[in-house]
Amino acid sequence: MRRLAAAALGAFASLAAVADEIPQAERRSGFDAMSAETRAMQVDDTANPGLLWVQDGADLWTRAPASGRPACAGCHGEAATLRGVAARYPAFDEASGAAIDLQGRINHCRREHQGDPPYGHESRELLALSAYLGFQSRGLPIAPPRDPRLDPARAQGAALFRERIGQLGLSCAACHDDNHGRRLGAATIPQGHPTGYPLYRLEWQGLGSVQRRLRNCMTGMRAEPFAYGSAEFVALERYLMDRAAPLPIETPAVRP
Amino acid sequence: MRRTGPHETAGKATRLVLTAGCLLAVDASFAGATDTRRPPIAIVGDAIPAPLTDTPGDPARGRAIVADRTRGLCLLCHAGPIPEERFQGDLGPDLSGAGSRHTAGQLRLRLVDGRALNPDTIMPSYHRVDPSPRVGAAWRGKPVLEAQEIEDVVAYLATLRDDTREGPAR
Repeated sequence: MRRLAAAALGAFASLAAVADEIPQAERRSGFDAMSAETRAMQVDDTANPGLLWVQDGADLWTRAPASGRPACAGCHGEAATLRGVAARYPAFDEASGAAIDLQGRINHCRREHQGDPPYGHESRELLALSAYLGFQSRGLPIAPPRDPRLDPARAQGAALFRERIGQLGLSCAACHDDNHGRRLGAATIPQGHPTGYPLYRLEWQGLGSVQRRLRNCMTGMRAEPFAYGSAEFVALERYLMDRAAPLPIETPAVRP
Repeated sequence: MRRTGPHETAGKATRLVLTAGCLLAVDASFAGATDTRRPPIAIVGDAIPAPLTDTPGDPARGRAIVADRTRGLCLLCHAGPIPEERFQGDLGPDLSGAGSRHTAGQLRLRLVDGRALNPDTIMPSYHRVDPSPRVGAAWRGKPVLEAQEIEDVVAYLATLRDDTREGPAR
């Protein structure tokens, strides 16, 4: 009954959420629960397959788009100047008056400043560029911006995290707040911190975004996944990054 | 746990009324309630004493449903005496001895709608159409298990006595 009331009153749900949140000192990356072999694969840059996407991203960074307008580097210079950006996204986007995630920002630049059509979700190019940008922040603590204009997205994300959905009537919180560390079949349930996206998932045999991972979970809950790039996903990303801080960025992480 | 009746939730959101209503005798969200030839599913105390179907449950079929990770899904969260299935979960109690701990009627309610007993349980309600939003197209309007499947699983779980580590039906 209480959960339904909370779901019906989103604002109250987000208030209740704070009380259940994992305390900062107890936040753990999924990295910690991985086997020694998988951890070794992530930390060794010659073994981490995600580094191949990072290299592709570095190429794209300096390559002029088909429109003939400047490459990313033409405006931003060295990508290293964007160190810290991935640790604070999603951010508030003045143009749309809403939260925007890093992939949305890359595509916004591409459309507005490079005059080229946006990259498709989960395309090699978008994953490569976002991996390259995330890589610039590797090791930095996640640092949520204190922009109050992001509060609606935070509240929406917190409410979505706790909302029971799908045929099985499960929520993100039911597993990742209440049952992390336990086993769901072969998997140890992680706390669910998006510290390393885009990341190389062995199950995917490829790199994928946090939205792809969230869609996997929603399908498992027998729910209709949110659309790629939807406001719901950006809100969830904002909340998840708040919930993960100050864990360090691991992009490109490796996960089972 | 005693749950409140619909009279105490009047005026609140429709979903709340529906949720409370299902905890009494009948609710349209119980999959069986659509079959007008059968009496409505009745909860008595913490049990559903009457079988949902006229055909007695088959423990062997029940065991197969429990072991099937795309059908019963049980072993994702529970361990059980099904040694050929590796990687069993530990979110819920071990199914070993379930038949000693609970009557068939208690097992039936815990399967049909465990959330009637504990609204916060992670255990899905297997034979009511969940009121949660965003149900995937393939599952919309359907319970996780049909009535006969529930009876089969109840029959299997009832065989899991404390003195048998291995369920009889293979």
